[in-house]
Amino acid sequence: MSEKTLMLGNASVARGLFEAGCSFVSSYPGTPSTEITEEVSDYSEVYAEWAPNEKVALEAAFGASLAGARAFAGMKHVGLNVAADPLFTASYTGVNGGLVIAVADDPGMHSSQNEQDSRHYAIAAKLPMLEPSDSCDCIEFTKKAFDISERFDTPVLLRMSTRVAHSQSLVSLGERILPQAHAYEKNIAKYVMMPANAKKRHVTVEERTLALAEFAENDSVNSVISGSDEIGIVAAGTGYLYAREALGDGASYLKLGMVNPLPLKKIAEFAKTVKRLVIIEELDPVIETAVRNAGIPCEGKELFSLLGEYTAEGIRRALLGIFTDAIAAPEVPARPPVLCPGCPHRGTFYVLKKLGLYVSGDIGCYTLGAAAPLSSVDLTLCMGASVSSLHGFLKAGGDPKKSVAVIGDSTFVHSGITGLVNIVYNQSPATVLILDNSTTGMTGHQQNPCTGLTLKNTPAPVLDLEALCTAVGVKRVRTADPGDIAELERVIKEELEADEPSVVIVKRPCALLKTVKHGAPLAVKDCRKCKACMKIACPAISFTKEKGAIIDASLCVGCGLCQQLCPFGAIVKEEK
Amino acid sequence: MSELNILIVGVGGQGSLLASRILGSYCCAKGLDVKVSEVHGMSQRGGSVVTYVRAGERIDSPLIEQGGADVIISFEELEAFRYVGYLKKGGRVIANSQRIEPMPVIMGSAVYPENIPEKLADLGAEAVFIDALSLALEAGSAKAANVVMLGAASKYLGGSEEEWLAAVEKCVPARFLEMNKRAFLLGKNI
Repeated sequence: MSEKTLMLGNASVARGLFEAGCSFVSSYPGTPSTEITEEVSDYSEVYAEWAPNEKVALEAAFGASLAGARAFAGMKHVGLNVAADPLFTASYTGVNGGLVIAVADDPGMHSSQNEQDSRHYAIAAKLPMLEPSDSCDCIEFTKKAFDISERFDTPVLLRMSTRVAHSQSLVSLGERILPQAHAYEKNIAKYVMMPANAKKRHVTVEERTLALAEFAENDSVNSVISGSDEIGIVAAGTGYLYAREALGDGASYLKLGMVNPLPLKKIAEFAKTVKRLVIIEELDPVIETAVRNAGIPCEGKELFSLLGEYTAEGIRRALLGIFTDAIAAPEVPARPPVLCPGCPHRGTFYVLKKLGLYVSGDIGCYTLGAAAPLSSVDLTLCMGASVSSLHGFLKAGGDPKKSVAVIGDSTFVHSGITGLVNIVYNQSPATVLILDNSTTGMTGHQQNPCTGLTLKNTPAPVLDLEALCTAVGVKRVRTADPGDIAELERVIKEELEADEPSVVIVKRPCALLKTVKHGAPLAVKDCRKCKACMKIACPAISFTKEKGAIIDASLCVGCGLCQQLCPFGAIVKEEK
Repeated sequence: MSELNILIVGVGGQGSLLASRILGSYCCAKGLDVKVSEVHGMSQRGGSVVTYVRAGERIDSPLIEQGGADVIISFEELEAFRYVGYLKKGGRVIANSQRIEPMPVIMGSAVYPENIPEKLADLGAEAVFIDALSLALEAGSAKAANVVMLGAASKYLGGSEEEWLAAVEKCVPARFLEMNKRAFLLGKNI
């Protein structure tokens, strides 16, 4: 047996890409998918890049497939919404070199704005979808996905979820095997999807689905693990792990590695061998619905929730009525995520709150501007919606003197720019703040077109946001420093007053960047207990009746925002 | 060792990721099946974070159940209290006595619970509290409190000093290695 290594699920997908001979990767970061692309960038044999958004990433990967490479795009579940347009038609054209798309769902919404189930995309776009359970599967299924892609001439979806993507388990490493060459050949009937061609390709898609269903019935990707015949579990991904943990040999399992199309004959055969057939799947009853439609009696969502993550103890309770003996969890104060100490944009949200504005917010760290006590943000919908929805808000009677959009730099490039074009084209006097922190923050510091570096840390041209906004026709474009609260307030007020579109690029690097030098921690001397500094909602500052404000030196990075708020000059550099 | 379930809890940014990787590496070197479930993304921004490390003959779920943790390593006092429901009967809590007030407490809409060590004892949880922050500063950086805590926990997890330091060495960048080794030993030799 070869030596085993502990590897993260996402790193294992990256390893699978390497071993499969994949040579082109284009992705947009999004938890819990980000590390696939970060990890694959360490293999010098694989070209890898961050694209401005998921649609661009998938189309770039498609182009690479057309040119003959094994290609990959990775994204989170909501990223596939952005990439859905090329996805559905790439299903019709098929591929040249293998094309695999990883989509990472987030049951429980650890770091997401919704809990959508990506398996619906596989059904809707008529694409095969594989779903690994652990890191070992991640390597094997990634390689298998490329084989399926080339054998059946189809893009293949690889469905990840948070607990598979972000869990480490043991893997054995294999060699990189280069695929057979696929030279590009012009084929208008296959690749130009105008109606006459697409009608013929749709026939091919339906035939392919039947062939894939046959493959699913016979391939070892779907396997039976025999135990007791009292309960038969049909599950994939995390559902299989939790069920196996809960029931061990007290059940038999049909572990599905391929969740679309489903091996319905195999499921029917399995059902005959067990007394109870139970489908265990987080989120939507996708497998269950197909099984019921096939006339196979089963149990499923009458026992388990449509919401959130499952647990082994929950499965044991639902199926066996066994309750876990544990200390009852005490009631304690919640600890929600907050903007980091030293976050340059804490000052921005402070000003927005002070001015009492409607704040059209966006995805990323700045969603945290909605958290109490800053509570500045009114809306968070999806990437780019801050800008586009502000336009509609203003057209329908929203007060332009009291409304702003707030969007991060990477998010603006992802899909904020088109909303800004609309603001200029259809003329709303919107004020858009681009909070530029010189990185992609929430997902853990990825490079983007504004940072001057690529995924592989090679130099790249810097996208000039000021010139870009000017070029789309915004006449009032200016830059401000959120480190100077009074000045930022003055700038925002001026732009709100203007009767035309304006953009303020509020610029200061993320406090967590290694290149940012921090000052010495601050301390409070002779506090007058006015609580002015508390309005900044810094996690490093607490308050007691006896002592007034207290700064935790282990958290403070000396950014000095609180000093600007203290009317008595009581916040000073800590004396050593 | 038949099966080992360790919960690492703390506040986002305290280094639970590194601690879980060191533990995972330690268990892996023992030739056991290992699963480590990490937290990335939003909750790393100062939120409550929980990481699971499991090792044994065969590990299915990467998560530890309520009442399933042999050891809870907590980097913060309140977090030790929050997750006590995960402790197995006869298990042990090893906690950093550092307090970091969550935003609801800072805002005054909630109160930081007093006397957490006594409350844990009342619930029947055996808990040890350590001033890991001071020891980390002694080792060279406040950031090494996570490794101090691992050192303290190693006393209850078994294994030789060499095995543990090998795991630290495998997971820590070379330029921080000496400092982290000092931190581990300071925690171990309390």
